[in-house]
Amino acid sequence: MIKQQFEISAGYKKWTNILLGVGGLAFVLGVVFLGMSKDELAQTRFWSVLLQNSTFFLLVVNASMFFICITTLAMGGWQMAFRRVPEAISSVVPVFSILALLVFVGIIFGHKHSIYHWLDKEHVAHDPILKGKVAVLNPTFFMVWTVITLLIWSFVGAKMRKLSSQADENMDQEASKKFIWGNTVWAATFIVFFGLTVGSTIPWLWLMSIDAHWYSTMYSWYTFASTFVAGMALVAIFVVYLKNQDYLEYVSEEHLHDLGKFMFAFSVFWTYLWYSQFMLIWYANIPEETIYFKPRMQGAYRGIFFLNLIINFVLPFLLLMRRGSKRNYTTMTFVAVLIILGHWVDFYQMVMPGTMHEHYSLSWFEFGMLVFYAGLIMYFVGRGLSKKPLLAVHHPFVKESLIHHT
Amino acid sequence: MALKKFVVGCFEDEKVLFPAVAKVRKAGYKIHDVYTPFPVHGLDQAMGLRETSLHTAGFLFGLIGTTTAVTFMTWVFTKDWPVNIGGKPNFALPAWIPITFELTVLCAAVGMVLSFLYICQLAPFVKRHHFHARATDDRFVMVIECGEKTNESELSSFMNSVGAIEVNTQVAEEGWWIGRYDQDQELYKQTNIA
Repeated sequence: MIKQQFEISAGYKKWTNILLGVGGLAFVLGVVFLGMSKDELAQTRFWSVLLQNSTFFLLVVNASMFFICITTLAMGGWQMAFRRVPEAISSVVPVFSILALLVFVGIIFGHKHSIYHWLDKEHVAHDPILKGKVAVLNPTFFMVWTVITLLIWSFVGAKMRKLSSQADENMDQEASKKFIWGNTVWAATFIVFFGLTVGSTIPWLWLMSIDAHWYSTMYSWYTFASTFVAGMALVAIFVVYLKNQDYLEYVSEEHLHDLGKFMFAFSVFWTYLWYSQFMLIWYANIPEETIYFKPRMQGAYRGIFFLNLIINFVLPFLLLMRRGSKRNYTTMTFVAVLIILGHWVDFYQMVMPGTMHEHYSLSWFEFGMLVFYAGLIMYFVGRGLSKKPLLAVHHPFVKESLIHHT
Repeated sequence: MALKKFVVGCFEDEKVLFPAVAKVRKAGYKIHDVYTPFPVHGLDQAMGLRETSLHTAGFLFGLIGTTTAVTFMTWVFTKDWPVNIGGKPNFALPAWIPITFELTVLCAAVGMVLSFLYICQLAPFVKRHHFHARATDDRFVMVIECGEKTNESELSSFMNSVGAIEVNTQVAEEGWWIGRYDQDQELYKQTNIA
C-alpha cells in the first residue's frame, strides 16, 4: 500500500502539542516576568532571545526555498522524490515572517536601545561612526526593507509552491516545457532577491547592527551558511521521519546520502567563513575589529565560543565523513539535530554579547523559546505536508529522481 | 607470469549488462572483472565487490599531513627559531591553519592517488592484458575466469544467452608485468594459437 498523502498521526499531534504547550508556557512566563519587568536587563534578555529565535528559525525555514530554487535552476532532478518536504517547510516562511516582524516592531518602536544602540538618536548625534551609517541604520529604512523582504520571500515562495502543484496533474510535452520555464523564471527571481537579502543586507540590519560600530564583509555569508546547513538538517529530519512512517517510498539511501553531503559540505563551508572572518581580525589585531571577538573569545562567552566550533565543525566533520554514516538514518538524524542546535547556539553567540554583555543567561526562557519554535515548525510543516500529495507524480524530473544513484 | 584462460563477453548496453552480471554470478561463475568505457553507477554493488578502503587510507594520509604540519611548525616557531611576528604568540595556531589545511589536502590527495595506482597496479612500464580494445570506446566487456572444471563451450553459449553480442576465449596473463607491447603482442599471438 503506497501512502501518497501525509496524515498527521496521533503521536505527531501529541508531540506538537507538548512542545507548543511547554514553549507557549515559557513564552507567557517570559512576557510576564521578563518582557513586562521594570528591570532593564530582564527586558533586554526578553527581546534578545526573541530576536535570536525569530531570525534564526525564519532564515532556517527560508533556506528550504533557497534549496528548491537552486536545484530548480541547476536542473537538479535528484531531489524530486522528497521535494514536497522542503516545500512544506518553506510554507512556514509567511508565519515566521509575521512573528519576526512583530519582534522588530517591538524592538524598533519600543525603542530598545539595548538591542540596537543606533536607535538612540541622542547617542547617534555624538557618535561619528553611527552618524556615518545613519543612511542605513535608521528605523524607517530598517522597517521598510524588512517588510519588503518578508513580503517578497513569502510571495515568491508561495508562487513556487503553487507552480509545484501543477505537477500533480498530467502534462503533455509542451506544458512540461512551459512548466520548467515558469519554475526557472520564478526560482531565478527568488535567488537574485535572496542574494540581495540573506546574501547581504538582511544579516547586516537584523544581526550585525547589534554591534553597530563593528562590521565584517563575511558576516552575511556566514549567517547564510549557518542557516542553510541548519535548513538542510531540518529537511533531513523530516525526510527520515516520513520514511520511518512508511511515506516517501521512492526516497532511498541515495537521496539521504546527498542530503548528508549537503550537511557535511556546508558545515565545512560555515567553518571556512567563520575562520576567514576570525583569522583576518585576529591577525590584523586592530582594536575596532577585535572588539567583536574580545567578549566572545576571552570574556564571558568563552565556553560557548569553543562549543560553537566543536558542535558545528568538529562533530559534523568527523561524524558525517564516512559514506556509510551519510546513508544511515540514525546517524543522519543525530547529526541533523546536533547541527540545528549548534547553529542555534551560533546565533545565540552572535546576538547576546552585543545586547546582554557579560550578564547573559541560558536557562528556561532561552530553551523555552527553542522548544516553542520547534513546536511551531512541527505544527505548520505537518499542516503543509498534509495538504498535497508527497510526490509530484507528473513533474518532468521525477524519473531522474527515482533512478538516482550516487 | 601466470597464464589463465578467460571467457570474454562483450555487451552493447548497460541495461543488458546489469541482469547479465546478476545471472552470471547466480550461475556460479567467477567474474574476473568488467571493463566499461565510463564509470557505471551501481556496477560495483551488482558485481558484489566489497567497498573500497581507499577513503580510510585517505583519512589516515590526511591525518599524517595534519600532524606533520602542526608538529613541524610548532617545533620551528617555538623551539628552533622563535621570532616575534607582529606581537603574535609564538604558538600562533590560527595563522597556521591554512598551511595545515594545505598539507592535509596534499598528503590525502597524493597518498590516495598513489594507493589507487598501487591497488590498480598502474605504473610506468607496467603492462596488463587488454581483453577487448573497444572496452575503452563503446563496449562493456565482462571477463570470466575459467577454473579447472569450467566447460568453455557451455560458458560461451551461456554468455550468448545472457545477451553478449560477442564471445571469445583468451589465454592471458592475469596480473601485471613489465615489458613492451610490441614484444608482448607476439607472445599473446603464440599463446592464443596454442
